Amino acid sequence: MNKEQQFAATPEKKQHVQWIHITKRDNISFQKGLLIRAIAILAALVVCAIITVVFTGSNPISVYGTMFKGAFGKGRFLVTIHNLSILLCISLAVTPAFRMRFWNIGAEGQALIGGLATAIVMFNLHSKAPLWVLIPLMLISALVAGAIWGVIPAIFKAFWKTNETLFTLMMNYVAIQLVEYFLKIADKNGSNSVGPYLLGDGIPNLFGVQYLFNILVVVVLTGLLYVYLKYSKHGYEISVVGESENTARYVGINVKKVIIRTMILSGLLCGLTGFLIVGGASHAISSNSVGGQGFTAIMVSWLGKFNPLYMILTALLIVFMGRGADEISTIFGLTKSFSDIITGIILFFIIGCEFFIRYQIHFNHRKKMTEEKEEA
Amino acid sequence: MQLIAAFINRAIMQGTPLLFGATGEIVTEKSGNLNLGIPGIMYIGAISGVIGAFFYENSGYFIPAVGIMIALLSCLIGSLLASLIYCFLTITLRANQNVTGLALTTFGVGFGNFFGGSLIKVTKSEVPYLSLSDTGNAFSATLPFAKSLGWFGKMFFSYGFLVYVAIVFAVLASLFLNKTRMGLHLRAVGENPATADAAGINVSRYKYFATCAGGMIAGLGGLYFIMDYMGGIWANDGFGDRGWLAIAIVIFAIWRPALAIPASYLFGALYILFNYLPLPMPMIPILQMLPYVITIVALVITSIRKKRENQPPASLGLSYFREER
Repeated sequence: MNKEQQFAATPEKKQHVQWIHITKRDNISFQKGLLIRAIAILAALVVCAIITVVFTGSNPISVYGTMFKGAFGKGRFLVTIHNLSILLCISLAVTPAFRMRFWNIGAEGQALIGGLATAIVMFNLHSKAPLWVLIPLMLISALVAGAIWGVIPAIFKAFWKTNETLFTLMMNYVAIQLVEYFLKIADKNGSNSVGPYLLGDGIPNLFGVQYLFNILVVVVLTGLLYVYLKYSKHGYEISVVGESENTARYVGINVKKVIIRTMILSGLLCGLTGFLIVGGASHAISSNSVGGQGFTAIMVSWLGKFNPLYMILTALLIVFMGRGADEISTIFGLTKSFSDIITGIILFFIIGCEFFIRYQIHFNHRKKMTEEKEEA
Repeated sequence: MQLIAAFINRAIMQGTPLLFGATGEIVTEKSGNLNLGIPGIMYIGAISGVIGAFFYENSGYFIPAVGIMIALLSCLIGSLLASLIYCFLTITLRANQNVTGLALTTFGVGFGNFFGGSLIKVTKSEVPYLSLSDTGNAFSATLPFAKSLGWFGKMFFSYGFLVYVAIVFAVLASLFLNKTRMGLHLRAVGENPATADAAGINVSRYKYFATCAGGMIAGLGGLYFIMDYMGGIWANDGFGDRGWLAIAIVIFAIWRPALAIPASYLFGALYILFNYLPLPMPMIPILQMLPYVITIVALVITSIRKKRENQPPASLGLSYFREER
């Protein structure tokens, strides 16, 4: 006691008081996690509303009314659902890799190369082969192309530990230039997109509803992937490798095999997305066909905790904000990029709020500390 | 000789934004932060400079030196703020670096195009771009004797001052990382933050410092492209994918700022080579693919050879929490 008082008295030995102390939470109740996320999204919506009001001068409630109409209004609903399913599909594709902590940020390129393979098949065969031959051919070539694009970085990662983030990133731009090459060969006029006049009509509408084929495929895929990741042996192996490669090796999992197999799956599903985009929706290809969704998917998957069911919600949020902001920019004559700003802000808030879910903050009040000391 | 001089001249001008971006990203990555927001930050830096210059040019009178200062200052402030968003999320809140970086790029490109597009609308111009020729001229002013020296002058002296600034920054960054104590500390933070922390280095402070400094350097690359290369003309999406090329150069230059100088000019040369070769149209994309392909080859070779000094910083992409082992 005496010594302590002496320490406190000498000015050089000023005791360092930490105002904030951060600890890792062991687990957080589902409701509390949900509450924190809800607060973050609400805060983001408020900030976005303020920004929108500044640029448009209309009141925030009508702004969100407009956004809602833009996303779910008459004639919009189907397109929104289709956008949602494409974004969800590519997010599902990257998820197995992410659960393994393999940072596949090459989904953009893998989907694009799948789309390119689809387009090449359509370009060469659309007038020669019947649909029941054409569509399976399109699908298979897209899957194979996507898988190849995904497995190349995986092989190097598995055998030589080559940095997969940078590798997959670079592969995107190789894919983009390959598409440009195809465009220049397919269309002698040098246009930057090749449409149905050269590719044919692709997948017909199911029951007369546009996009229904794509939507159904993604619905089935979501369920399948959920089961695969959660209840299959493969899914379990992926999780173990993601937690710790050493543990995986110790329990006898062939890590190299898991990495390569999972990236084949990831690339395969990206290729499927490309097939859906080119064959099932636009019937056209350009270097912008995937339109950055390969990158957005990374955020959707991460925000959804790599869980296919949560990812439906995060994808919906992003698609809703994008479509809504587009509507606002058209009505108020703002530039199209407005939706990117809004999406960015929402993402920042959700990314930031994860901290409060994973960690707990304790505030140390000076009063309390001195009291504790006196007690001692 | 004239043609070669002209080619090298263009290659260096194309390479300069890449050099700024690569130097900034190397400094950032040396602290263990894989900032994939650099393409976005370069957009934000560019548009901030454009906004500053726009208001100054429309204020009535124009003094070149002041115009340069205002554009530079607003560019630096813009890219600093953008870097701070990234720092706060990844360092203080320990968010995932890849996700944060990509979100920042989405935001930054949108930010640039939104304000760029809005300024174009404000000026009610009939062309889809914004022209700031006074500031552009100030930035691209060359040394007076450059013209009189023929091809020699064209190759070495016919650039705006930012081209030389880029080289100076790269050299300084190299000296800083390899010759100073602070540089050593910074590299320690990037290799193994826990050890650095145990040695008494303030990990968060170094990460913040490196990421913000790196972001500001990269932002200058965006400004250079608009003000000097384009002559003060902002067009939406005009900057293209140069930000990603800058990240490619970081790998190709195996995380060394000094090597980034020739690497940037090489990539710049590959970017414009098609103008100088008698190629059929379809071959142009194949040529433009080359920078990415050789980057992949470089990445693979460095990882197979496993030379310790050529590896990425060991904790690249991981956030650090002292109590987590």
